[in-house]
Formats: sequence, structure tokens, C-alpha cells
Amino acid sequence: MDFGFLTQPAFSGGGTYLDWVISGVKWTLLVSLCAWVIAFTIGSVLGVMRTTKVAWLNGPATIYVELFRNVPLLVQMFIWYFVVPEIVPKALGGWMKQGMPMPEFWSAVLALGFYTASRVAEQVRSGIQSIPAGQTHAALATGLTMPQVYRHLLLPMGYRIVIPPLTSEFLTIFKNSSVALTIGVLELTAQARTISEYTFRTFEIFTLATVVYVLITMAVVVVMQLLERRVRVPGYIGTGK
Amino acid sequence: MFRITHLVAAIAAASLLTAPVHAQELTGTLKKIKDTGVVKVGHRDASVPFSYLDDQQKPIGYGMDICAKIVDRIKAELKMPALKVEFVPVTSQTRIPVLMGGNIDMECGSTTNSVERQKQVAFAPTYFMTGTKIIVKKSSGIKGYDDLKGKTVVFTQGTTNERAMKAYNDEKKLGINFVPSKDHAESFLAVDTGRAVAFPMDDILLYGLKAGARNPNDFEVIGEFLSDDPYAIMLRKDDPAFKKLIDDTVAGLYKSGEINKLYAKWFESTIPPKGINLNFPMSEGLKAIVKSPNDTGVGACGRMKC
Repeated sequence: MDFGFLTQPAFSGGGTYLDWVISGVKWTLLVSLCAWVIAFTIGSVLGVMRTTKVAWLNGPATIYVELFRNVPLLVQMFIWYFVVPEIVPKALGGWMKQGMPMPEFWSAVLALGFYTASRVAEQVRSGIQSIPAGQTHAALATGLTMPQVYRHLLLPMGYRIVIPPLTSEFLTIFKNSSVALTIGVLELTAQARTISEYTFRTFEIFTLATVVYVLITMAVVVVMQLLERRVRVPGYIGTGK
Repeated sequence: MFRITHLVAAIAAASLLTAPVHAQELTGTLKKIKDTGVVKVGHRDASVPFSYLDDQQKPIGYGMDICAKIVDRIKAELKMPALKVEFVPVTSQTRIPVLMGGNIDMECGSTTNSVERQKQVAFAPTYFMTGTKIIVKKSSGIKGYDDLKGKTVVFTQGTTNERAMKAYNDEKKLGINFVPSKDHAESFLAVDTGRAVAFPMDDILLYGLKAGARNPNDFEVIGEFLSDDPYAIMLRKDDPAFKKLIDDTVAGLYKSGEINKLYAKWFESTIPPKGINLNFPMSEGLKAIVKSPNDTGVGACGRMKC
């Protein structure tokens, strides 16, 4: 393998192929992190909604989760990019297609964020439901209201319990971000493909892309372990080893 | 007289067929085909009318017909009438790695023979001559390349047209916003839905996409050629025996005039699945190649002569 081609001037755009890789990494991180913000926010709300016994909270959240986690991500990406602009009012659709800055980026962020939200919701729900019911009863017996039980008992403990599976989701979002290439986001995998087509250095460039993905996910693992260790409750699970 | 020429031809053909047959002489792809009993033909899914899927999801097209002739020739040469043919779909991005990795033995599609690609792969004699133009919606008001200034243009990743369009954009400083897409059908969809105003591609493929559209009259193919794109069957490099077999087959089609029938079948008659007719008579460039077949690739500048 010879990585010398990375410093050669790229075919178009003035930079080197290394600049293309860096730009790819930038878009991978941007898509993933923006999507994670959506996924974590919406996923947390939906997860809590699914644990309540209130039908008008529980029902819609269940529908959302079943809808978004049962449709392949690739199809969802395609729908957000190609179908949604056609079914919204014409003026809005036209703006989504040509007026909106970076339409492929935002479509990818929404698709990935909403899809991952359904998975985060399930993690949060399982975290909350794994807390023994006796604790809730005890909290209610001390005079706390149900919202207060969530605020002071279920959510703080539930999130701590699900840090390991949430770490997996967080890793997955970086890997899933490569699906964004199908709607034209030039993230890391897309750049690797383009560079491979321009330079024919297929094996080298995909090796490099693999290493970069591993580095990104390793960094996520380290950060999440630090977080787990920092917030752990002594004597409870989650020692962050 | 007729008999004599016939006999001469038969002897010539027989000598051609028998010459490389000795098993110990087989090398490269022919040996692989002999050993495995399978020839793997790479095809496209939407390169009308060269290589695309019909309504039964079967690969058909001008390139597929020519490759069928090559498969016949392989069967004769290897004396394997029951040789299995496996069709493998490839895309613009996968075709070269898949070929080099041995998952296909030849690619019969719409691949431009370029000097750059020749560093990795080899090509049969050119079987079609085309070049880059753009397809736009009539309603977009785009009349030429310079109208693309600051607009969004979609391209299929891994194509020579991408390079031609980007080179033009760099040269004329048009500031085009490029959006990549993974195949021709999706690129065309981007123009159809208004995601992008133009799609640069080989003109013949654009006519094919236009003819297959829901509303063909909404589109138009415009511009001068931005690049030359000679199409050819792609095969692995450094495999003289296999290349000779393919070259001879293609040259034989040209010499016998059979190519004219094939050409008329795919470019001047109605073709499946929608019964469209491309009405695309043979260009002078291709006529010259039929007269003297060659496998000259397009230069790094995107033109036959750089």
C-alpha cells in the first residue's frame, strides 16, 4: 500500500485528496452529532411517554417507535430527500429542494435523527422500567408526585442504567451516517468512493476510512466511559470499567 | 468461387478456433472460466440501451447482445457448450474493483475507455461513440453550460462526465453547486423533481432516460460535447488470450456487418420495456471505428486527442 497519493493535488477543487478525506470526516461528524442531538432529545421524550400509563402519551409514542424502527434507514433517507418535498405544499417543497441551504445535509440529519430517536426511546424506556416498582411506590409514599418521581428517581437512575446501550446507539449513528451518501452528502464513505474512482487506490483509501471510523468510535467509547464513571452511583451498576 | 471462399473461411475459422485450445496453454481468464465452468458477465441496471434490466429484471441491451456473442465464442473455444453464464450487476463505482477482484470476467455496459482506466483494466474495441451533454427541464430556461452559473447540478459518482463537468466549472469559474448521486436513475430523478437543474451524462444515455421518463417532452438534452466517451467492453489487464478472443469477436461482428443489425435493433427500433425508439442513427465516429476497429482510450483531458 502506498498512501503517497493523498498529498497529490486532487482532480477538482484545488486541494489535495487528503483535504477531501478531512472534508469527509467533517461531514460525518456534523451529520452524526446533529442527528444525535435530535435522536437523544426526541428519544428521551418518547421513551418517557412510553413508560407512562396515560393512553394519549403512550399511544403516539408507541406508533412513532414502531414506524421509525421498522422502516429501513435507507428507505427513510430516500423518503426525506425525495418524497417529502413532493407532498408538502408546493412553495415549501420548492424551497426544500433549491432554496434551503444544504438540503441533502438537513435531510440526512432529520432521517438519521428521527430513526435513531426510536431506538433511543426504547433504551430509555427499558432503563426506566428496569427500576424496581418498589422504589416508585416508596417515592410516592413519601409524598412525591408522579412528575417528581420521574425527575428525582426514575430519570436519574434510568439514564445511568442505559449508558452502555446508549453508547452503542451513539456509535451506530456514526456508522449509519454513511447511508447519507445515497442522497449526496459527501461524508467519509462517499469521499472514499470518489477518491477511489479518481485515483484507483481503492484498498488504500478504504483502509484509511476504516481507521478513521475506528478512531471516531473509540473516542466516543472513551468519552462515554468517562461519563459513566463520573455519574455512577456508588454501590449501584455502571462502574465504567 | 463461392465454395472456395467458403472453404477458405472455414479453414481460417477452424484454425482460429483450434489454435489456442490445448488445455496447458490456457492462461488468465480463459483458464479461470475453464476451471470453474462459469463465465461471469457484469451488467448495469439503467444504461439504456446498452445494458439494463427489462420488466422481468433480466439484463438486456446492445452491450449484452455483443457479450452474448463473446460467450458463444468462449463456449466454442473451450469446447464447453454447457458453459454457465452468471450475470452480476455492477455500478459506476463498483465495476472496476469488481472486475479486478475477479467477480466478473467482463463488463458489458456503458463504460468509457479512458487512458487513465487503462492503467487498471483493458478494453475491447470501441462499440459506441458518445460524449458528455446535459439534460435539463425545458421549463428551467437553461440553454447552455454557462446558464448553470450558481445552480445545482447532479452527477453520478464515478463517471467521466463528473470530471468533464467539474473541469468545465473550474475553468469557467461557474460556481456550480454539485450534488453526487449513486446511479443514473437517481440523478435523473433529481432533475425530474427539481432537486437539480441539470445532469451531465453521455448524450445517448440521456436520450434513453428522457425516452423512459413519465413526461419525455418536459426534458431536453443540450450543449456541445464536453468530453469524448468511447464505450467498450471492459476486461482484466494483462490477459492477452482473453483480450484477443474478445477483440476478434467484436471485429468479426464489424467485418460481417452483423453490427448494423444489432445497432438497428437497439438504437433505431422500439426497445423493451416501454417500447420506446431512440431513433439514434449511427454516428460518423462509430462508422469509422466499425471500418477499422480500435481500442484507443480517451485522454486525461477528456478528449480523444489531448
